[in-house]
Amino acid sequence: MNSFKGFIIKEFKQIYRDKRTLVVLFGMPLIMMILFGYAIRNEVENARIGVLDFSKDQVTRALIQQIDASDSFLIAKNLESYHEVEPLFRQGSARSVIVFEAGFAENLERFGSVDIQIISDATDPNLAGILQAYTSRIVEEYTTGLNQNNQIAVAGVQPMVRMMYNPELRSVNLFVPGLIAVILMLISALMTSISITREKEMGNMEILLVSPLKPHHIIIGKVLPYLVLSVINVITILILAEFLFEVPFRGSYIFFFAEATLFILTALALGVFISAIANNQQTAMMIALAGLLLPTVLLSGFIFPISSMPELLQWISHIIPAKWFLIIVRSIMLKGGDLVMLWKETLILISMTGFFIALSLKKFKVRLE
Amino acid sequence: MQTVQYLLQKEFIQIFRNKAMLPILFVMPVIQLLILSFAATYELKEVPFAVVDMDRSAYSRELVSQFSATGYFVQEFNTFNADQAMQKMDSGEIGMILQIPVHFKRDLEAGNLVPVQLIIDAVDGSTAGLIQSYSSSIIQDFNQSRAVEIQFVSDQGSFTKAKMINLIPLNWYNPDLDYITFMVPGILVVLVSMIGLFLSGMNIVREKEIGTIEQLNVTPIRKYQFMIGKLVPFWIIGMVDLLIGLALARYGFQIPFLGNLFLIMAVAGLYLVVVQAIGLLISTVTNTQQQAMFIAWFIMVVFILMGGLFTPIESMPVWAQDLNLINPVAWFIKIMRMVLLKGAGWAEIQWMVLLLFGMSILFLMVAINRYRKVAG
Repeated sequence: MNSFKGFIIKEFKQIYRDKRTLVVLFGMPLIMMILFGYAIRNEVENARIGVLDFSKDQVTRALIQQIDASDSFLIAKNLESYHEVEPLFRQGSARSVIVFEAGFAENLERFGSVDIQIISDATDPNLAGILQAYTSRIVEEYTTGLNQNNQIAVAGVQPMVRMMYNPELRSVNLFVPGLIAVILMLISALMTSISITREKEMGNMEILLVSPLKPHHIIIGKVLPYLVLSVINVITILILAEFLFEVPFRGSYIFFFAEATLFILTALALGVFISAIANNQQTAMMIALAGLLLPTVLLSGFIFPISSMPELLQWISHIIPAKWFLIIVRSIMLKGGDLVMLWKETLILISMTGFFIALSLKKFKVRLE
Repeated sequence: MQTVQYLLQKEFIQIFRNKAMLPILFVMPVIQLLILSFAATYELKEVPFAVVDMDRSAYSRELVSQFSATGYFVQEFNTFNADQAMQKMDSGEIGMILQIPVHFKRDLEAGNLVPVQLIIDAVDGSTAGLIQSYSSSIIQDFNQSRAVEIQFVSDQGSFTKAKMINLIPLNWYNPDLDYITFMVPGILVVLVSMIGLFLSGMNIVREKEIGTIEQLNVTPIRKYQFMIGKLVPFWIIGMVDLLIGLALARYGFQIPFLGNLFLIMAVAGLYLVVVQAIGLLISTVTNTQQQAMFIAWFIMVVFILMGGLFTPIESMPVWAQDLNLINPVAWFIKIMRMVLLKGAGWAEIQWMVLLLFGMSILFLMVAINRYRKVAG
């Protein structure tokens, strides 16, 4: 037991001695949270658009003015003909062009209905969709105002929309829980896998193996410092989320930390597993970084909703631990979720952890080649 | 020249000797490209929803069936208890609740404006927005199909034709709003950058950590020869990966190649130098692979998430958009999309290429300058 204690102390010392890595370890999650908390959003700001107004009457002028006044758009250019649209798109200097037909106000008066064309550069379908939605909202507002002036009442069904959990539809509320998962996953899995393969590469593993330490002692000793580190990171991230981004926290803190610790353990176990199958740091790093980064970001539901993915991918996403943790964090923070609501996800994370630990204990070679 | 040749030979042998590395270098990027390109979509499909129908009339049933008929919504649950439906939403089983009030039919026939409640799970704001806009258009259709009937029944005569401005969307370059076309070039860029950034820099730190760098330092190998020996192998591997990826994009994903392939390859060659130079720079300021990897990872994540691959750069605050000026990943993704999907040529991208060129010179200079042929 004494040798085990000594080993753990050595591990802690080794990590906390390396000040540069420590700064990186604590500083990076902070910078990432601040950077992405502000930058990753779905609300569009200052999108450059072009206007092609064949009519130039008071209605189109009023509409253009309303579009210009919105924060989402920036009118980059007033065009004169359709030929100017293509070069504008090819240079990438406008994302969409709004076209008013000739005699706009006149047609509106005479026929009661008139068309606006919105030509989008749909290479980015997401942005094209958002810009169309924004434009249609502005136009709708304008027509409602128009009809109110004319005292026209409309009968029929009126949808009364209530947005649950996130009434202002803030993307931050969605992305911050996601960031927590991504940061924890990558830090924990990466750090452990490297620290164990490092011993292998430097030849220290042989010394550890001939020592009275059992394999699980070595693994626990390797994992423990990173567990402490990650928990500290969770606390800083949580403080930022609450005070800087004002993400609501409706659930219980104790439950949140329990789940976060569980997820860190899953990630650490995954890291141990990677280190068991990789024989040098480079391989471990490529698996942990290149292999985990994109799947964790894309298949966890961090940015793109899993429900939108094809069936096959939805199945694959089940094996991504971050997906389950994301469901848990979002539920705790935004819905006030508890164990009754989240027992299934918790159980999945527990079994994943167990699975990785069992697998790496089996793979862990006690003998030299 | 001979020296460089031997160095290259040594590096290649070292890379390919590691059996675990080959699949990581060539198979993993392909698999990721194949799988992940399908993941990046906001398309709305089959949102499970619950109905709380207090009216149980022909009209309310018709409204519900119109929701189901679009294919965007699937009715999972039917109840008269609003709390029960709410519980289902809490546990994440349903994405929307449609609540139809009592006297729905009666009020509708009287020509009134009848409120119907749509409760949407808005944890994911963008999905919630889509659900909202799809449901409103379904309700609008419902209103329009009922309009004549209602006007007939009601004697208030309140239904007069309102003025309308219709928005007609035209989607150029990608009329089906296909996400795969959009994502494949971007994901390809990321995969290639990871190989360039993580491997080339790491290699030098590895020599440092193992101690072999001192052996190299005492040889007559010149600084630049050493650098070339470290950069060229992964440059070639990166280009091969890019070619494989482009072939997959063209023949597997049927992505239109409107622009010039040689232009893409030339820019890619330059871009890889930029990325590798950053890797090199990291390796000169770190002592262990762990440190180097961590910094490389951080830079990569920042570059990718800020680069407009997943969320449009337009949706970032202005300061973040300005920060992207020094983000090579953002520029290369932009160039790839412009050339491949819009058929942009040299004239449209030249200033971006110039920017990449400037970055490559800058980073290389700093990196070579920082690298010392002395120990410690």
